Amino acid sequence: MITETYQADDRGYYGDFGGAFIPEMLYPNVEELRSQYIQIMQEPSFQEEFNQLLKDYVGRPTPLYYAERFSKKYNTKIYLKREDLCHTGAHKVNNTIGQILMAKRLGKNRIIAETGAGQHGVATATVCALMGLECIVYMGAIDIERQAPNVARMKMLGATVRPAMSGSRTLKDATNEAIRDWINNPVDTHYIIGSVVGPHPYPDMVARFQSVISAETKKQLQEVEGRENPDYVVACVGGGSNAAGLYYHYLDQPEVGIIAVEAAGKGIDTGESAATSALGREGIIHGSKTLLMQTPDGQITEPYSISAGLDYPGVGPMHANLFRTGRGEFISVTDDDAMQAGLELSKLEGIIPAIETSHALAIFEERTFKPDDVIVINLSGRGDKDLNTYIEYFKL
Amino acid sequence: MNRIQQKLQEDKKLLSLYFTAGYPAIHDTMSILQQLQDSGVDMVEIGLPFSDPLADGPTIQESSTAALKNGMTTQLLFEQLKDVRKTIDIPLIVMGYFNPMLQYGVEKFCATCAEIGIDGIIMPDLPLAEYEAQYKAIFEKYGLLNVFLITPQTSDERIRQIDAASDGFIYMVSSASTTGAQSGFGNTQSAYFERIHAMHLKNPQIVGFGISNSDTFQAATAFAKGAIIGSAFIKHITAHGANSVADFVKTIR
Ligand SMILES: Cc1ncc(COP(=O)(O)O)c(C=O)c1O
Repeated sequence: MITETYQADDRGYYGDFGGAFIPEMLYPNVEELRSQYIQIMQEPSFQEEFNQLLKDYVGRPTPLYYAERFSKKYNTKIYLKREDLCHTGAHKVNNTIGQILMAKRLGKNRIIAETGAGQHGVATATVCALMGLECIVYMGAIDIERQAPNVARMKMLGATVRPAMSGSRTLKDATNEAIRDWINNPVDTHYIIGSVVGPHPYPDMVARFQSVISAETKKQLQEVEGRENPDYVVACVGGGSNAAGLYYHYLDQPEVGIIAVEAAGKGIDTGESAATSALGREGIIHGSKTLLMQTPDGQITEPYSISAGLDYPGVGPMHANLFRTGRGEFISVTDDDAMQAGLELSKLEGIIPAIETSHALAIFEERTFKPDDVIVINLSGRGDKDLNTYIEYFKL
Repeated sequence: MNRIQQKLQEDKKLLSLYFTAGYPAIHDTMSILQQLQDSGVDMVEIGLPFSDPLADGPTIQESSTAALKNGMTTQLLFEQLKDVRKTIDIPLIVMGYFNPMLQYGVEKFCATCAEIGIDGIIMPDLPLAEYEAQYKAIFEKYGLLNVFLITPQTSDERIRQIDAASDGFIYMVSSASTTGAQSGFGNTQSAYFERIHAMHLKNPQIVGFGISNSDTFQAATAFAKGAIIGSAFIKHITAHGANSVADFVKTIR
């Protein structure tokens, strides 16, 4: 019997999605990584160094916290996987720790990255400082203006922040600039992509680095509930890395429901939205065949969300496949509902979430659960970086 | 025999020019093509603009953005080119990125190209493996040559694979860079050009990226069959207008 799998195959395809649609100039770099990443990740010395850093530097394992008052309000059992307690304030650092170790093993001494809100940029600048490697972060010129504190953090950490001036001057353009940098620096540079996007092997590699989230969840749930599997795992999806990390060890366990939460922005039909599963079609973005928001003519369009981390016109190929096959349930949440959910969690549990995460917390307004359902939500990041947005929105 | 293959048999170094369709103005396509042919250019890459041109430097990024703002679409380009073979007989190649082709429908795109009289396609982000697995049969059905790129970092083994899969010419990217780099050619390029020459590939090579004037054209074609100029030409028409094509070509040869 063939068991169905929602993991990538060896060509980097999740069903119809994935692959490596890259110009020949990138082929040697991507091929070097593709041919070695699994072997390197499986080396005992790599595992040891990775796990040690996750423990001592990132602060793992992160707690699995039973949110009692939040659960009571929605009459179901809600656990929060506390990625907000990671060093630098979000799950992003799990991936950058893994990739910086990978870069070192590949003999690279120059690191480039893209960033939208600056979370992945900060996580990359952090590990570059830790390892003493040169770090260049591309960030859309508009985002640089909007996210001044994170720009300052990257600078303090020794990174160079280069503004992406092309196109719409936001995350997708920062990604384009990082890719162009890699084309121009094919020998000494490693590109640390910040989500489960980009050409194979990135989506699979980043998912593997983030999979520590579900590996821990299984153990922790076993201790408190006497079973490894919850009824549902819930995460917000920008590119999809925190979601991929929480889903990873549950993908092929059909009894675990997968819920993906996208940003509806001002509403799916308003033209100001980032709900890719609802608004996207199959196409190519940043080297991957996936679902993306585009014009009928195949030009990539600019998404909108109040949350900069969900403001990406595509989703990773894993998620495109979860959507198309029906394995995942996709829900979209508006700016307003997300902001209310963020405020509610703050008041009920004393945890101020990142606005990205607030989208995942808002599903209880959209959908009901049974009282004995066990739900794990990925609390992907903390709200410190979003204080200004919360202040403006709630006139605090 | 396809027009490209015929042209490659001529006993001369080929000059090929790239321009972005819809730039500087939406209806310049046919006029630019006519001027290119009249000034003795051997072959043309017609650029289909894309919102996110990963392999391009600032000049072609900007011409692409402007062309899209002007309203260029795949459909419109094909309409503009409907009667191109009544007046233009040099080989024509459509160059762009794969997503617009995918959205138009790969088969419909190829069928329309064949109907118009397009001879070849360059899609830098449609790599060999994906092409062979999914799209090769369609390109071949419509007699379109697919042109692959190689770079100074491409291994000999892979160059042999690309040579085997090609049936026209190989697009030899002059250096590790996006389009429009202006550094001129040094020892690294000469060594690379010689290395490829010594491989005695079955397909001739045409050099592109970083060719901007007569000197770089001469250097590029010392070993290769021809050279492609893109960014420098676009800069010229940006500065001197869409009717100044002949002035530019004269400066090259
Ligand atoms: C806290 C937080 N959650 C989620 C995301 C979205 O990214 P992904 O979908 O890759 O997890 C971001 C991105 O910046 C983030 O900072």
